[in-house]
Amino acid sequence: MTASNMILKLDSEIDYNVSSVRADFPALSLEINGYPLAFLDSGASAQKPIQVLDRMDRAYRSEYANVHRGAYTLSQLATDNYENARITVANFLNAKTPDEIIFTRNVTAAINLVAYSYGRTFLRAGDEIIISHMEHHANIVPWQLLRDAIGIEIKVVPIDDRGNFLMEEFEKLLGSKTKLVAVTQVSNVLGTILPIKEIVRQAHNIGAHVLIDGCQGIVHESVDVQDLDAEFYAFTGHKLYGPSGIGVLWGKLDLLNEMPPYEGGGDMIENVTFEKTTYREAPARFEAGTPPIVEAVGLATAIDYVTSIGLEKIANHESKLLTYATNELAQIDGLRIIGQADHKAPIISFVLDGVHPHDIGTIIDSKGVAVRAGHHCAQPLMDRYELAATARASLAMYNNTDDIDQLVDALNYVKEIFS
Amino acid sequence: MEDDIRELYQEVILDHGKNPRNFRHPEDATSEANGNNPLCGDKLTVFVKVGACQNIEDAAFEGRGCAISVASASMMTDIVIGKKISEVDALFGIFHKMCKGEEVGETPEKFEDDIEKLMVLSGVKQFPMRVKCATLAWHTINAAVHGEHTVSSDNQ
Ligand SMILES: Cc1ncc(COP(=O)(O)O)c(C=O)c1O
Repeated sequence: MTASNMILKLDSEIDYNVSSVRADFPALSLEINGYPLAFLDSGASAQKPIQVLDRMDRAYRSEYANVHRGAYTLSQLATDNYENARITVANFLNAKTPDEIIFTRNVTAAINLVAYSYGRTFLRAGDEIIISHMEHHANIVPWQLLRDAIGIEIKVVPIDDRGNFLMEEFEKLLGSKTKLVAVTQVSNVLGTILPIKEIVRQAHNIGAHVLIDGCQGIVHESVDVQDLDAEFYAFTGHKLYGPSGIGVLWGKLDLLNEMPPYEGGGDMIENVTFEKTTYREAPARFEAGTPPIVEAVGLATAIDYVTSIGLEKIANHESKLLTYATNELAQIDGLRIIGQADHKAPIISFVLDGVHPHDIGTIIDSKGVAVRAGHHCAQPLMDRYELAATARASLAMYNNTDDIDQLVDALNYVKEIFS
Repeated sequence: MEDDIRELYQEVILDHGKNPRNFRHPEDATSEANGNNPLCGDKLTVFVKVGACQNIEDAAFEGRGCAISVASASMMTDIVIGKKISEVDALFGIFHKMCKGEEVGETPEKFEDDIEKLMVLSGVKQFPMRVKCATLAWHTINAAVHGEHTVSSDNQ
């Protein structure tokens, strides 16, 4: 054990017990190809704690019925659970009211909802939307669909080589035509933490609205939507240790109620005749059909889980681990870290001289190490660095220095094969 | 698993991956096609010069990809030069089965040497996620000789 490793281990034992966190995640005791699993792909989707799994199991076994419909005990129970989940999310984000919380399928669906419903109502041909060069396809393509439908323009804020968001360039792009700024809170490839509060302030100065794709951000720091003051904030459940199949769109209530429905169906209507239908207010207006009932319960449980441990403690642990991992990886000859912004979340993209990321992924998997290799649904960003792909290790609350050491050993094995 | 890795990344493949054969853009190519692997962003362009009797007079490629896809493109271009288009089609069929670990059955004797060379890539059958890497070049040459312009390794 190196000295820095020892300090890290001692430090984190004082206020954060990573071993007991790990014990909550059944998947972490898996053996993969004869090695303990080193799961370093939580940025794609996180593993689930037993608390979430048990709670969802109970919701299916003994609390299940459709919501908002039946006048019987079980349906009431399921409805209460679902609506309580909304309250949990509202409190987590410090929303003004749970009515501002819309459950969607994932963050992609949340952004598409805004692009469609808000975009076609509030934007006109010639209006401009600003995004950053670091966006996930989920925060690019919906705006392109809108552009092709109604003729808006998309402007892109450049980044520097280290992956910093260029504030001055952003300010230059802001103008009287800017109607919406849609940016990620944290780059899923570079780990860059964007100055979203400042971005909101600048956008508001010229009267533009702001949407934040929070799905990589919310897992690493607590968010107060009132303090942030954006118009929309969206995230996905499965990266926050919750189930897949659920995402959240938070929006300012007045704005939500001025937006038309995105999908039509049951649950979102006030009154339907063949001639005319009237719609309910948010959030029901945007939740057509049977919602992800048990997923909402699972997400609320995941939120309870991380808040009971403490987001700040988690962030502190992750940031120490990021430093450790960055230092260890930097010692590998021929390895280059892509993304060295001043403020970084625990996401490390890298390339290895002479070895394609896909080959890295396959070979280190044989040593039990799971990382993502590819373009990470951010092809414009890859083009910016003239790369087809990178390998990416993304760290979560349950990772420890052993995971990093296993990654480093596995990468040395890759080098041995390719030598 | 580690044996499977060693089998997949054997010398021949690493060598083709590092020093690909026919990595060039022939001026006199009669057709070309682009192959994309949308999963990993890999891109290949395969060039062919087809002669009067539907035979491949020259084949080459450019692009970037993993060791498996580059080695496969390198070996493929070597093998197809001098063959008839119908023979390339037949070899692709056989190679595809090898990669997926399916029974190849009786194969024509004239392909014996080629099949033996291609065997080194059959290690991908242990790695279903990587089969597309091994077959991308073949899908692309197939598109080039049959007049399509872009293929995606997703459509198989
Ligand atoms: C920044 C960012 N935005 C959007 C997404 C899309 O998330 P989902 O697939 O859950 O909609 C991801 C995750 O892949 C992401 O990292």
